[in-house]
Amino acid sequence: MTGQHTSVEPRLGPPAAVRQLAVPVIVIGLLGAAGYLVFPEDLAFLTRLISITLLVLSLDLVVGYCGVATLGHAAIFGVAAYAVGNACIAGLADPLLLLAVGGLSGLVMGLVSGAIVTRFHGLPQLVLSIAIGQLVGALSNKLSSLTGGSDGLSGITPGRIFGVFGFDMFSRTGYLFSLAVLIVVFIVLTRLVASPFGLLCRGIRDNNLRARMIGAAVYPRLIAMYGVSGVVAGIGGALMAINTGVVGLDSVGFERSAEALVMLVLGGAGSLWGALFGAIVFQLFEHVVSAANPYHWLTLVGLLLVAIVLFAPQGLGPAVASRWRRLRRAGARP
Amino acid sequence: MAAAALEVDRLSSGYGPTRIISDLSFTVSAGGRLAILGRNGVGKTTLLATLMGLTSHQGGSIRAGGRELAGLKPSARAMAGIGYVPQTRDIFRSLTVEENLVTGLKGRDKAALEEVYGLFPRLAERRQNFGQQLSGGEQQMLSLARTLLGRPNILLLDEPLEGLAPVICDQIMATVSKLARSGEMTIILVEQQIERALDFAEQAIVIERGRAVWRGAPADLLAEHGLVDDLLGVGVR
Repeated sequence: MTGQHTSVEPRLGPPAAVRQLAVPVIVIGLLGAAGYLVFPEDLAFLTRLISITLLVLSLDLVVGYCGVATLGHAAIFGVAAYAVGNACIAGLADPLLLLAVGGLSGLVMGLVSGAIVTRFHGLPQLVLSIAIGQLVGALSNKLSSLTGGSDGLSGITPGRIFGVFGFDMFSRTGYLFSLAVLIVVFIVLTRLVASPFGLLCRGIRDNNLRARMIGAAVYPRLIAMYGVSGVVAGIGGALMAINTGVVGLDSVGFERSAEALVMLVLGGAGSLWGALFGAIVFQLFEHVVSAANPYHWLTLVGLLLVAIVLFAPQGLGPAVASRWRRLRRAGARP
Repeated sequence: MAAAALEVDRLSSGYGPTRIISDLSFTVSAGGRLAILGRNGVGKTTLLATLMGLTSHQGGSIRAGGRELAGLKPSARAMAGIGYVPQTRDIFRSLTVEENLVTGLKGRDKAALEEVYGLFPRLAERRQNFGQQLSGGEQQMLSLARTLLGRPNILLLDEPLEGLAPVICDQIMATVSKLARSGEMTIILVEQQIERALDFAEQAIVIERGRAVWRGAPADLLAEHGLVDDLLGVGVR
């Protein structure tokens, strides 16, 4: 090819790259600060919320960005949490190293389950993901020496972060630690989904065959994305184990996988911001409503989901983004 | 990047057990321009799909630059230098123009995008638009540009002008001709606009029911009174 065209500025110049870093830091930082100041008594809940948010982000990588149907993602989250719990009980106390253990076990679980699940499409894929989740759940119950069985794995007491900041009973340290981890992970994922690898994954979701025709080896790419997703889910599981000190069977359960998928759909699959807001909105709503009405809160959660599906079928994220764009266009008109 | 010769020998292919292409042979020299013509449904698209590895290969060989392609997956053929622009365009609808192009870089630097923006300035103007927001002509340009970014040495074009306004057809054919003149790729064109195809190509094959029924220089096809009408069912001025 001989053509040259130099009059158009590249789209991703330094300001855009800086924006990519700054926006998550500012938005998540502000949300985190609001949570810390407005709900100082609920920091344990908010810390758990962050762990689950990481699971939803991880799910978004495979469901939203690759179009893989899965209902067994909590298996990765839970296995990582058990691995971290066991590592901690065995004497590895450094929270950063425990995070690494979580990420690594998530990576292994992600690669293994990804290699199985992404070989298929549609319903068989969904059923396989559920089967893997059930298998991991059953094993977790059986292997009580490693998981504590139905009593859960307890006695997880992580050390101080950088040898300075100890975990306190009010979850202040745990909350700020988790928030920092979420920001870092979110920035990394923002870069990843905008990279040629991330774009090609979205291309595979849009048109699998076309992606093959431009030279993409689809299967290895899906496994690789599953691996990355596993790392993120693993970090979420690690945070859960570190902050709560207990890992129960619910960590690997089908219910958690399904709930994460609901949060993703609520926020908008295929968008990191959608996954983030879906996880926050769902968990906050569930928390507030269950406290206000302990008998009928599940009905109210169900009604919320029905309303979202009816009025914003693409999820809250895309609906808000579209509304925002319309407002900006209206504002720009003379 | 250098163009590669394509040698197709006794090729048979189809969908499942159904045979569409039968015993077809032809050779295109490196940098050559071949037009594949025929009425609707005779197997032209299937032939290109077979070259790309998208159908069931039932016999014969396909050699690109001396390398046997039969048995390779589509992604391996693309990596071996085959570029395919399908009739359906198949852009990624949820990605922007620029993101679509990035997926075709095959590890090259992003600066390479300027090469295709030079060929298709319209894409540079629309770089922020999503694939689903593009017109048919822009989608065709995008599909072609994305394929070119992979630096193919053999380019397969399946009805690139279908459904496009004449002015867009002119633009696309001008670009394809420019690529052909560069000598960097061998181009095989399937096209229903016979005059444009014959004007572009240096050799042509007419297919009927998956078999080659005529081959030669475009001028010879046009010179024989009534032959185009007989073979293709269309009149040429």
